[in-house]
Amino acid sequence: MNTLNLSISKTLLMARLKQSVIAAAGVTFGIAMFITLVSFMTGLNKMLDSLILNRTPHIRLYNAINPNADQPVNRSAEFKNALNIVRSIKPSDSRTEIYNSTAIIQSLKSDSRVVAVAPKVASQVFYNIGVIDLNGLVNGIDVSQEMKYFSFADYIIKGDAYDLNRISNSVILGKGVADKMMSQVGDVIHVTSAKGDQLSLKVVGIFQLGLATVDDVQSYASLETTQKLLGKPKSYYTDIQVKLTNIDDAPAVAKEYALRYRTDAEDVQTANAQFESGTKVRNIITYAVSITLLIVAGFGIYNILNMMIYEKMDAIAILKATGFSSSDVKNIFINLSMIIGFIGGVAGLLTGMLLTMLIDQIPFKTAALPAISTYPINYDFTYYIIGALFAMATTYIAGYFPAKKAARIDPVVIIRGK
Amino acid sequence: MSDIILETRSINKYFHDPVKFQVLNDINFSIKKGEFVSITGKSGCGKSTLLYILSTMDTDYEGELFIDGESMTKLPHNGLAKVRNEKIGFVFQFHYLLPEFTVLQNVMLPALKLGKFEPAAIEERAMSLLKRLDIHDQARKGANRLSGGQKQRVAIARALINDPVLIMGDEPTGNLDSKNSKIVFEIFKELVAEKKQSLLIVTHDEDFARTTDRNIVMDDGRMVK
Repeated sequence: MNTLNLSISKTLLMARLKQSVIAAAGVTFGIAMFITLVSFMTGLNKMLDSLILNRTPHIRLYNAINPNADQPVNRSAEFKNALNIVRSIKPSDSRTEIYNSTAIIQSLKSDSRVVAVAPKVASQVFYNIGVIDLNGLVNGIDVSQEMKYFSFADYIIKGDAYDLNRISNSVILGKGVADKMMSQVGDVIHVTSAKGDQLSLKVVGIFQLGLATVDDVQSYASLETTQKLLGKPKSYYTDIQVKLTNIDDAPAVAKEYALRYRTDAEDVQTANAQFESGTKVRNIITYAVSITLLIVAGFGIYNILNMMIYEKMDAIAILKATGFSSSDVKNIFINLSMIIGFIGGVAGLLTGMLLTMLIDQIPFKTAALPAISTYPINYDFTYYIIGALFAMATTYIAGYFPAKKAARIDPVVIIRGK
Repeated sequence: MSDIILETRSINKYFHDPVKFQVLNDINFSIKKGEFVSITGKSGCGKSTLLYILSTMDTDYEGELFIDGESMTKLPHNGLAKVRNEKIGFVFQFHYLLPEFTVLQNVMLPALKLGKFEPAAIEERAMSLLKRLDIHDQARKGANRLSGGQKQRVAIARALINDPVLIMGDEPTGNLDSKNSKIVFEIFKELVAEKKQSLLIVTHDEDFARTTDRNIVMDDGRMVK
């Protein structure tokens, strides 16, 4: 029964092959445009996001330098029930070290929401260039963790990050720092720590984040080297960086950690508030554009199929006159438009993929992202599923309504209307 | 079961556009099994309209219609389609073949829909019908490649494919030359004789009408004879 309807649909399609191909091309065009634009736009968005997010931990645990909230007057029994106001408190020489860091790292690693934990030691230094001392910051990092979870490798423009582990007293300089010191990979530079200790470091690489404030000031070294620079023991960490499975959890989890570990905890959303709103706006634009594209494509598909079916009204009347029921007619015409939807949709997905691959080949150089050399494309499979579902849904609707209308009327109305 | 195959009870029909106008006025008649009935009348007297109602293709009427003892008036669309498929063969004034299909496919489609026989058996039967109408050599051609007379004969073969109890024709020989008209007429007569099928033919052809068992004359929406 249904195979009969299907073969009738096929014959009707093949008989007017040109018209069918044009109808399918309408679907193809709409879906291809959707795939291309959405992949490209979200690719650009992701690139912009990664500009900041790649090197930013979702949560950063640290000890901020603040005046102690627990002033001696509060401990005095005499003023226990009084309102004590102490003006102009200065922060004491409190440690920027995170207390009990080893235990905290252990505890974080067992948290199911956490993907990775990477400790860090930040140290103020002076880069010595002849008689000039240049202000700077050396970050002591766990190289393998940074490479794995914070895409450190993407930003190394010269040298090899793993040399930090292999060569003792080695450093990776920011591009701006290296330029100012006129040092290349393999050179030895001298730095002075904030406490006055001097150390020679071998340059094993140069990084570029694309943010001048970072590239002109910072450099990276291994944890051990930085600890040595500061004259601190092995468990001395100033920051613990945490990467979560879900970035949106960061503000809540940060609050929880601040309480649990009694440190300061900063989440990425707070740290980059202005960037967050930028992302939000870009996402809204992406959604608006993709919905508009889908609606426009949908109307195109609907129009073409609608006209095609109205042209076949004669066939509907004849089929009904010879004993095909309303549901058969509906079935035949829905089959017809679904075949067009399927073929056009698949062709559209493929065309969209080809177009995005083409865009992916166009050179795009930016100092901010050394790892990127062509326009970014987001090959997210979800968009292909959305595209496929949409093609099928619109062609179904485009087939359903005229078919339903045709199925309801008496065949004689069509015949007499001639 | 009685031997009445088609019966109408006071059928009235109106056209509403542009003004209300009564096309059919109190039509009461019946056709017996194996009877060959012709309807004649001036053009515009409502004979085609009546035929469309009798063939269940038009449901916008008052009164009641029985085919093979069953009331058609309350039947849903799908039920009517089944009746048309199984019991009625219809030949239009203009052939109304599906141009997308071959001649053979056009003839086979109603039988494939009925699904009583295997496709191979249906094809064989369709070929024998086409042979009888002398167009079997055109069977594999596209339906739109035939001449008007040939198309009309294909339409007749299509009407006969399911062995309907009732065959209706709206000027089925109107587009045929006298030789082909004669062939069609002979076939109609044989059918009535062989298979006890009933025929109801609307025609202009007075000679044709005279040779049928019964001739109904219509005028101004009424049966006058």
